[in-house]
Amino acid sequence: MRRAMNIRPAAGPRLLLAILPFLLLAAVYVIGSAERRAENPNDKLLPPVSEMAATTSRLAFEPDRRTGEITMLADTLSSLQRLALGLGFATVVGLVLGIALGILPVANAGGGALVAVISMIPPMAILPILFIIFGLGELSKVILIVIGVAPPIVRDIAMTVQAIPTEQLVKAQTLGASTWTTVVRVVLPQITPRLIEVVRLQLGPAFLFLIAAEAIASDSGLGYRIFLVRRYLAMDVILPYVAWITLIAFTLDLLLAKLSRKAFPWAYVGERR
Amino acid sequence: MSTITVENVWAEFGDQIVIENLDFEVKSGAFLSVVGPSGCGKSTFLRMVLGQDRPSRGRLLLDGKPLPDEPDADRGVVFQRYSVFPHLTVLGNVVLAYELGQSRFLGKLFGAAKRRAKERAEELIVAVGLGAHRDKHPSALSGGMQQRLAIAQALAKDPKVLLLDEPFGALDPGTRAQMHALIKPLWEQAGMTVIMVTHDLKEAFNLGTRVVAFDKVRHDPQAPGRYGARVTYDLDLTREGAVPVLGFARPIPLMAAQ
Repeated sequence: MRRAMNIRPAAGPRLLLAILPFLLLAAVYVIGSAERRAENPNDKLLPPVSEMAATTSRLAFEPDRRTGEITMLADTLSSLQRLALGLGFATVVGLVLGIALGILPVANAGGGALVAVISMIPPMAILPILFIIFGLGELSKVILIVIGVAPPIVRDIAMTVQAIPTEQLVKAQTLGASTWTTVVRVVLPQITPRLIEVVRLQLGPAFLFLIAAEAIASDSGLGYRIFLVRRYLAMDVILPYVAWITLIAFTLDLLLAKLSRKAFPWAYVGERR
Repeated sequence: MSTITVENVWAEFGDQIVIENLDFEVKSGAFLSVVGPSGCGKSTFLRMVLGQDRPSRGRLLLDGKPLPDEPDADRGVVFQRYSVFPHLTVLGNVVLAYELGQSRFLGKLFGAAKRRAKERAEELIVAVGLGAHRDKHPSALSGGMQQRLAIAQALAKDPKVLLLDEPFGALDPGTRAQMHALIKPLWEQAGMTVIMVTHDLKEAFNLGTRVVAFDKVRHDPQAPGRYGARVTYDLDLTREGAVPVLGFARPIPLMAAQ
């Protein structure tokens, strides 16, 4: 018998193994839902799949009678806009500050401790401050995402820059590079794959902050809708919405992963499958 | 011309003395091999000539002028590892050598300037025997090929001084012999001064026109950092007559160096 760590599934079984846990979870849900319905026809906790499908198609394809908008589409667009603004701004801040902290000893001496402290502030704890300063509009929600997501990106990028072997930085200087051209031609291209990876890892926290901000003060968005219908125990809305949010996050993650592999094949040479 | 003068150079880190009182001159166009046991300060000496470290006392001169205390294009270098940029192809690595110095804002050349840089880079790549691999990334190259690339990259700037920090230390003997056959004519052609740090005595004598051995001559068992290394043998291999062999030449007396 081979050791467990040496057993590698082939492509077919690998796919099967990937699908299996999803099927199991779905089966558990369907059985549980049927059981509860059999006991209490008015049960709201585990709505059957057919009911969720009906609600989803109503929210996703029919215009709302009051607003005239398609609810799910409008929610998705306003949430994605906040997410894109917050995550995009955090990425730019993270990249610029991270490179500065990583390559300039003076910047590191002056800002390293500050960033380390700031990244320990729980962003949710200062959400009230953001609401007070920036109002209840879009800005405070975007800022919450930036504050929550930028510090880890800054620290990760700074560490990635510091991990570039000194030999390479010295070599660049012996080829006549200035600090700026070293950053542009040596540092930036080498950390870009890691930057994409860090943004992928921060997708989860970004969604967390997005939904938290929407739950507290908003009039549209995926998080807003979930917390709104919670009052009516509308699990037939909440569960599809959660699935939808998960699907969006998963797709974004997958796209970023594919993009990185496609654009920077050299960075994935040593990777273990 | 590129004469390197080492004037009473010391290297001290805290109270640990690594190098004490180096004082010699390297003639323009010489190939100086520096040998010595591990931790004797060979690499520290090389880093000081490179400008990566500063001597704590004394001066380093290039043609009578003090060497700038940060790396510049006058001094090329090949390290044992990490000398090439993993995100660029072979051609990209050498072209970068031209781009970094000439383009101040983008570090990139375009049009005719780019074409010229490419032509010169390709000549160098062929000269070091990588012509067939110009579009590969370094991760697809063997250790020997990566070092060839690093040499081509360093030569692209026509440095006055080429510094080699155990450049062939990680290579197998066959590849190492190939690299020796490669570097010697390149050095003779370019006429630059080369300083090579190595563990391999045979390599040191094979390539060098002069071999310098570093070692600690005094030891204090209670304070290992109290005394640093100095030049214990200094052999000129260009002299007429019998080739001097280590041990035959007279050790430099302790007092004379002070």
